[in-house]
Amino acid sequence: MKTIHVATEVNGDNVEFVCAPDESLLDVLRNRLGLTGVKEGCGTGDCGACSVTLNGRLVCSCLVLGAEVEGATIGTIEGMARADVLHPLQQSFIDHAALQCGICTPGILVAAKALLDKNPDPTDTELRYWLAGNLCRCTGYDKIIHAVQDAAKKMRTV
Amino acid sequence: MALDSNNKRVFKVVGTRPPRPDGIEKVTGRALYGADVSAPGMLVGRILRSPHAHAAILSIDTSAAEALAGVKAVITAQDFAVQDDSALRDVQENCMARGKVLYDGHAVAAVAALTPAIAKAALKLIKVTYKALPHVTDVDVAMRPDAPVVQAGRSFENVPAGMAENVTSQCEFGHGDLAAGFAAAALIVERSFTTAAVHQGYIEPQACLASMTADGKADLWCCTQGQYHVRALCAALLGMEASQLRVTASEIGGGFGGKTTVFIEPVALALSRKSGKPVKIVMTRDEVFKATGPTVSSSIDVKIGMTKDGRITAGEAHLRYSGGAFHCGTIDMGAQAAFAAYDLQAVRTLGWNVLTNRPKEVAYRAPGAPQAIYAVESVVDELCQKLGLDPLDVRLKNAARKGTKSSYGPTFDDIGLMATLEAAKAHPHYTAPLAPGQGRGLSAGFWFNFGGNTCVSLNINTDGTVGITEGNPDIGGSRAAISQMAAEELGIPYEKVRTIIADTSSLGHNDITDGSRVTFAVGLATIKAAQDAIQKMCARVATLWEIDAEAVVWEDGCAKPSGPNAGQFPPMTLAEIAAISFNTGGPIAGHHEFNADGAGVSFGVHLVDVEVDRETGATKVLRYTVFQDAGKAVHPSYVEGQMQGGAVQGIGWALNEEYIYGEDGRLQNAGFLDYRVPVASDLPNIETVILEIPNPGHPYGVRGVGETPIVPPLAALSNAVSRAIGLRMNRLPMSPPRILAALSAKR
Repeated sequence: MKTIHVATEVNGDNVEFVCAPDESLLDVLRNRLGLTGVKEGCGTGDCGACSVTLNGRLVCSCLVLGAEVEGATIGTIEGMARADVLHPLQQSFIDHAALQCGICTPGILVAAKALLDKNPDPTDTELRYWLAGNLCRCTGYDKIIHAVQDAAKKMRTV
Repeated sequence: MALDSNNKRVFKVVGTRPPRPDGIEKVTGRALYGADVSAPGMLVGRILRSPHAHAAILSIDTSAAEALAGVKAVITAQDFAVQDDSALRDVQENCMARGKVLYDGHAVAAVAALTPAIAKAALKLIKVTYKALPHVTDVDVAMRPDAPVVQAGRSFENVPAGMAENVTSQCEFGHGDLAAGFAAAALIVERSFTTAAVHQGYIEPQACLASMTADGKADLWCCTQGQYHVRALCAALLGMEASQLRVTASEIGGGFGGKTTVFIEPVALALSRKSGKPVKIVMTRDEVFKATGPTVSSSIDVKIGMTKDGRITAGEAHLRYSGGAFHCGTIDMGAQAAFAAYDLQAVRTLGWNVLTNRPKEVAYRAPGAPQAIYAVESVVDELCQKLGLDPLDVRLKNAARKGTKSSYGPTFDDIGLMATLEAAKAHPHYTAPLAPGQGRGLSAGFWFNFGGNTCVSLNINTDGTVGITEGNPDIGGSRAAISQMAAEELGIPYEKVRTIIADTSSLGHNDITDGSRVTFAVGLATIKAAQDAIQKMCARVATLWEIDAEAVVWEDGCAKPSGPNAGQFPPMTLAEIAAISFNTGGPIAGHHEFNADGAGVSFGVHLVDVEVDRETGATKVLRYTVFQDAGKAVHPSYVEGQMQGGAVQGIGWALNEEYIYGEDGRLQNAGFLDYRVPVASDLPNIETVILEIPNPGHPYGVRGVGETPIVPPLAALSNAVSRAIGLRMNRLPMSPPRILAALSAKR
């Protein structure tokens, strides 16, 4: 199979890569661009561990082809903190013990940020349905919900 | 200074909630998990798996795969020696089938190639000729005399003659006169239950990177709950000496017991040995479901007698567990745990392990206990309903306490069951009003907890900070808890301690992160290593002060003169002692190695309110409260996290999760879309109440907390649903089709 050249933007940086026509964006991010913060839990769009934003929209990167992102703007967990300053959601997850093993955490943070960008004051129900595509097997979601709501509150008062 | 007799009850660091040391790495995506590491020149390993539930392997032709450009190695079971030890033989044959495939997804061959695409193409070129054999996936069917035999000749001697050949072991526990007990009962209820096999459902699939060189030395990076156990198994399977295999545990993306053995690690090592290159294998989710270990499936009969005022007179259970195609000992733990919450005069449990054509069972959080306790707690609830008794009062009346001879033999020391039940009774949840169509259920739960082999090093750095090296992968914040206990014992701030997890070449053996043992046993070893360092620091100071070492005490992070010398010298801090250590005898370090005993048992009580949709059969969990005795909660946030996470795994087990097999014996739902674990929108907040009844076996009173929380939800949910729909449920999961079927059968 002939590889395809792609130019795109990831976390504010212009990047170029070549990929196979059937290669997922997830595999490109992890294996070609070294962004291993994007996790693979299923490869079928069921777990949300590979969540990224694509032109501002939350997607499972395992369901997007690398070849599709020519000229796009992609956001991953690696772009969430500003230098050594954590995003309020990241800090809140540490403060609220909202992670145990941490494998789902990057995807959940990306998903939660995508929600708060649109809706800075979600109800618990809205938040739970928004995060329904992100599986966490350790926490039972309780502390995640509290961490996101606390971060949202802080972000609203800034 | 009697360092071994301190039983601390006042704490400065333990019981606080500091940030976990690996937090920033995990929220920024920098933490390295099993699949996140690569090596120069690395090959991709892929595994060919059986499409049959049970078949003889007549031949495997790998020649076409080997001839494909870019393929560097192909292996089968022929690349592994036949093991004499039956347990090792089972591990090897589970990693790579020899002679027969025993379940859908059983590995038969593996390739290492330059790219994933080449590896995938190579698998298609391997020609395996099978002869399909009759299969059995149901535990009760497998116990019939005419059932297909999964593996012949595997029964232990204690299995009575005449039982099906699939029965590998029998166990029995209990005491007292059952006949007299049942004769004294006002009401006897006898019921049968089944539970489906469920998967741990860790979000990180198994992954490893193996690199073996021509001199037989190897490095292995993998996500595991126990790097030393991985080393022992892989060294045995590859014919290596332990010293030649260094295993490093990556950050681990969930385990819950499921990462306590090997599946791909010996395969990656064998491929690396054959190809002369590093080989990385990452499982797909489909492979995780089909070929790693779920729980046992079960079929259980329970009979309990009760007086009119709620005293249990006798309890009996027969338990049939299947741990798949290989023998497993989980039945013993189920049969021991079944009645552990009760103080009984007459109790007996009989259990059998049964082979079926399913993947080999691997531990899942309190292995064996949830199924058994589900059945017992369901019958107790039905008795309460029929006799018009309050289910918490009945449990309080019969609760095991200090001095109770447990249903599995030992006599209990200080335990927290009564306090936990009383806390549940006093909680507003228990008396909150329910709307019509809603139901409230409760269940007690129990887990043994383990200690085990543990080794910790504690280094006093010259700048007054402390480094701890321990050997147990951190799944839910244990590095924080270990650092807290070191800081507490040494009398220094938490921030001065950093705890890391060693590879197998850097520290002595540590048992697996299992049995809720880490905060207890590694914590205890850390405290003792700190005491060892304190003694050495006191000795250094005594030499400086020219007094006896016994005359120096350690208080608030300082060495102080005591007795007749009290006040004669200004106290020296840990940092001051560390700064001059090169001039007082050299570096200072504390160590402790032991086989930890004294892990206190743990009890929990769960309360749940549900509402059942009679049109769809769907159950909504409205309110959930977990009460549990933690002994001493070192980091309460992570104790709560264990309680919440375990409860939600149990909710999934009760309501939705199950391995579904077709007539062909193949798994029909090997993915998260069809194997439905709880998602955020399914659940309410999970409220937690931590009780602290100190464990006499730990100086701070710590008990393991990780496993008990998955035990009560099964019966709590079943009792709540049964009360909501006015019909006793006796099969898990209570998925919508099952509830609809039960409702329509009643009409």
